[in-house]
Amino acid sequence: MIKIFNFLFLLVFTFTAFSLNASPNKLLSDYRFFEKIEKQIPNQNIIPYHLASPLFSDYTYKFRFISMPQGKLAQYNHNKVFNFPLGTKIIKTFAYPVDERDLSLGFQLLETRLLIKNKDGWYPLSYIWKEDQSDADLKYIGKTIKAKWIDKNGIEQINRYRVPNINQCGSCHNLNKVMMPIGPKGRNLDVNFFYQHGMANQIDYWKKINRLENIPSNRKIPTAIWDEKSETIERRARAYLDINCAHCHREGGSAGNSGFYLSLEEKNNISLGFMKKPVAAGRGSGGLKYVIEPGSSKESILLYRMASTDPGVMMPELSRNMKHNEAIPLIEEWIDSIK
Amino acid sequence: MKKNFHKILLNLIFLIILSNQALSETIEPGPLSYEEIQTALIFAKPGDIINLNEGIFHFEDGLSLNVDNVTIQGKGMDKTILSFKNQKSGAEGLMITSNKVILKDFAIEDTIGDAIVVKGAEGISFIRIRTEWTGGPKETNGAYGLYPVQSKDVLIKECIAIGASDAGIYVGQSERIKVLDSIAKFNVAGIEIENSYYAEVIGNHAEHNTGGILVFDLPDLPQQGGHSVLISENKIINNDTKNFAPAGNIVGKTPNGTGIMIMANENVEVRDNDIRNNATAGILIVSYQEETEDKNYNPIPNKIYIHNNFLSNNGFDVDKKRAGPISDVIPGKAPEIMWDGVTPIIEWLGFTASKRIVLGKNFSDEGEADFVNLNLMTKYLLPRFHKIDKNNQNYFGSIQSLKSVNFSEGIN
Repeated sequence: MIKIFNFLFLLVFTFTAFSLNASPNKLLSDYRFFEKIEKQIPNQNIIPYHLASPLFSDYTYKFRFISMPQGKLAQYNHNKVFNFPLGTKIIKTFAYPVDERDLSLGFQLLETRLLIKNKDGWYPLSYIWKEDQSDADLKYIGKTIKAKWIDKNGIEQINRYRVPNINQCGSCHNLNKVMMPIGPKGRNLDVNFFYQHGMANQIDYWKKINRLENIPSNRKIPTAIWDEKSETIERRARAYLDINCAHCHREGGSAGNSGFYLSLEEKNNISLGFMKKPVAAGRGSGGLKYVIEPGSSKESILLYRMASTDPGVMMPELSRNMKHNEAIPLIEEWIDSIK
Repeated sequence: MKKNFHKILLNLIFLIILSNQALSETIEPGPLSYEEIQTALIFAKPGDIINLNEGIFHFEDGLSLNVDNVTIQGKGMDKTILSFKNQKSGAEGLMITSNKVILKDFAIEDTIGDAIVVKGAEGISFIRIRTEWTGGPKETNGAYGLYPVQSKDVLIKECIAIGASDAGIYVGQSERIKVLDSIAKFNVAGIEIENSYYAEVIGNHAEHNTGGILVFDLPDLPQQGGHSVLISENKIINNDTKNFAPAGNIVGKTPNGTGIMIMANENVEVRDNDIRNNATAGILIVSYQEETEDKNYNPIPNKIYIHNNFLSNNGFDVDKKRAGPISDVIPGKAPEIMWDGVTPIIEWLGFTASKRIVLGKNFSDEGEADFVNLNLMTKYLLPRFHKIDKNNQNYFGSIQSLKSVNFSEGIN
């Protein structure tokens, strides 16, 4: 009899232990990504990176890192997300500077999002920073954070920053219902980064430290840096729209039903919105007839929705409450220049 | 000691079994109800039922569900009310992206955008759901009440949709659809089936909308070529709300007081409906007349079969702004059933022929309901020879009725 119980106990114990194993870390610090977590200084084996053009998300600063298992390499791809090894973790912390005019005054860390690759694919987790900024707690249902900072013009800004819930991750990250990272593609990473040891091209650096392979000897031209004035208006605008819109506005994305696609690869003018009528925009159309009316930004729904802060009108639907005052003129200039 | 150990063990086993079984919990309205519902939606397991108790739930953010085979169930569409009057984020009230979800017996009110959006679902049921903008028809209301898109096996049954600035019940780019015994009032479009295949719209009541029931097909979309739509046994009366759609939207073109409007599409059967007191038209069949460069798109309706409907007092005050081509050629009361008469040029020249419109018997107060082919092709191409054709005999015939829609196995 006791033997049976022992057996059962063992069974239960294994089962429980297994379920515990499967459950993610409760604290961000449990992953040991950081040497100084509150300053977002990573450990040596964690690669910090940035994108040529990033998502706007209400003027937040982002600290991005990738953790790949020892000895494993990612496969380069110019237009698609790299094929990362199992166990890769992509780490992104959102923060507001205390005073944007002097970043040495530090940051208010808001949330750290993880995308983790296991044998079933990528899955998302979100950690919300404690008020004392000592660590971040795993949270599934999001949170509203009343955030304050001083912007680069010395003006105090207040934002009702919304940490998305775990379902909302898929709204941007799903491609044909499969969760995927968005940023780490060759074209977005092939730019310089200030490492602790100095500035280097990110692709060259990943190659040097042996974390990336299958890199072609002649790499294609990278995504433009959207606010780099030496680039053409078209390249800057398309780069901005690609990273801010195309994760939904692409075939198989969550706005795939609109037939309005903004990825850099898109070549069809109607799909790009030129003289395309809105379908299900409702009052999002703002009384305008076309998504983009070439030559006339004022008549273009795209710009109207970019400049709105009404949740029933504005785009993107998630991760934005504020207007991106610096990007609006760029898109304006681009639309006005289209013949 | 041994006995206790035995007990604990049994409890533990029981607990583990239980934790892997479907749960059924009830959530009460209150200050924490947003967190409670969203948590339940995230941690739901297939088979779970999430119960919402009576009362008014107030939410500032949108809700979302991404787990298959979950039921969200209230205590009645007038008892369990999810109010989004103070919504601050989220473009809709409830977003569903998983399969085989059932929504039952609750209401969603005053969302800032759409009320319930379902994207890419295989199997979705709305049963006794009400969506409403409570301030009456206004341009600032959200676009859609019930809004399944790119979905399959869509059931909408005994629902009520009020006040949408586009369509109360809108099914877009979907297939296998049943909209049954529902009510649509004070919307721009009461019920709209757009770019969809195999739909049945049966036994509904559309009143006080701008247009009662619309079947549209539009260009430049991933799914187009709408076909096989049955509109039957509906009551489509007194659609008298002035079009309040924000400009630029395609429904903004719906003439004030339209009973049924069919644009493009193939194999649409309209039968046994009761269509009365719609100022512009009882049944209006039109081509898509905007410019488009979409080469795969067919703007011209085909095989529209209209029979055994009762129509009365439609077309008494045609909307000149939106239905100018009608009022231009028909002074006074318009016929109950109207077709724009647009065909491909080759057909207009007489080189090919197609059954665009097929009429069976349709009735009015005194005998047969009247019909007109507006012959707009001739009006545009040879205006001097333009004549309308009111002889419905020229269109008499029959087509085999549509087969009934069957959902995939295991759904509903």
